[in-house]
Amino acid sequence: MRPSPARLLNILVPVKRCVDYAMKIRVNPQQTGVDTNVKHSMNPFDEIAVEEAVRIRERLGDKVKSIKAVTIGPSKSAETLRTALAIGADAAIHVEIPDSAPSPEPLGVAKAIRAVIERQKEQGGVDLVIMGKQAIDDDAGQTGQILAGLMDWSQATFASKIVVDAEKKEANVTREIDGGLEELKCRLPLVVTTDLRLNEPRYATLPSIMKAKKKPIEKLTPADLGVDLTPRIETIKVTEPPKRVGGTKVANVDELVAKLKEAGVVPT
Amino acid sequence: MAQNPMRHRVLALYKELHRLGRDYPDPSYDFNGRMRKMFEKNRNLTDPEQIEKAYNLGQYIKNETLALYSLRKYRHLKRMYGDSSRSSTDDPPS
Repeated sequence: MRPSPARLLNILVPVKRCVDYAMKIRVNPQQTGVDTNVKHSMNPFDEIAVEEAVRIRERLGDKVKSIKAVTIGPSKSAETLRTALAIGADAAIHVEIPDSAPSPEPLGVAKAIRAVIERQKEQGGVDLVIMGKQAIDDDAGQTGQILAGLMDWSQATFASKIVVDAEKKEANVTREIDGGLEELKCRLPLVVTTDLRLNEPRYATLPSIMKAKKKPIEKLTPADLGVDLTPRIETIKVTEPPKRVGGTKVANVDELVAKLKEAGVVPT
Repeated sequence: MAQNPMRHRVLALYKELHRLGRDYPDPSYDFNGRMRKMFEKNRNLTDPEQIEKAYNLGQYIKNETLALYSLRKYRHLKRMYGDSSRSSTDDPPS
């Protein structure tokens, strides 16, 4: 009989509720931020992360003990967790903040995730954190890296391919970088941030959404975790980019050259 | 009764299509209205072969719609976050 692996993998997938990708963004009248009275959904890169966790389990079978989704957000963020559960996560953790509270910053989010990981110690800890490379609302792209730094774990960002070896507690990650692709061999525990080409997320079918309603969501507050999410950055003003001034059509090349000279772009 | 399992499948298909139809990107295209009309048109079918054919057409439309949604999202994300390495100050590729 084969000996069972020394430890089974626990995967944590932090997800974020953002303004839906297809929505037109408008600045709110107070010029303090974006109009959030629109449709929200899970950050597309986080959908890719949840999908990847589910695929890792499909490949490794029962070497993956659990896939947990976590979010830090207002009460409505629970819907995002339900989506993660419908795609295939087993359980979820909701770190709930008041609806009126400002959006948490990457440092605060990373600290909260760290606290959640600490709490998971009794249940076997966390071996792999997979999250989106950036959120489409703030485009910060920092949370994964900060988390890896806080936890002193390896990190592989902008992943376009992940191959996990549960026995060796290693992962081979292919990263998308400016020059092309880079392959890293990382020791677990590991933080991975997902890039667009990692996979194509599945659409949650109605039966899996129904099943997801029965999966547990643990509710916590930042106080429970001992984390302070007060923002350290003050947003002074948010405005739309200046409206583009209309261009003019020219009749021929000579007119074009004359106009360029007028504009001082071409030496007379 | 032999029709019961089919009825269950058809109802599940209808619910799934209805849910998908809510996210249809073009608001002027009444997806759910048209879908309902198509189901109602076939409500009195009795020949199991015809029923199966209509059901398969429904499945096909469901898969096409899912593909539409995924591609639309992928294309949008690729446009926004695709060639992130190239900035306007970079030298043009030689």
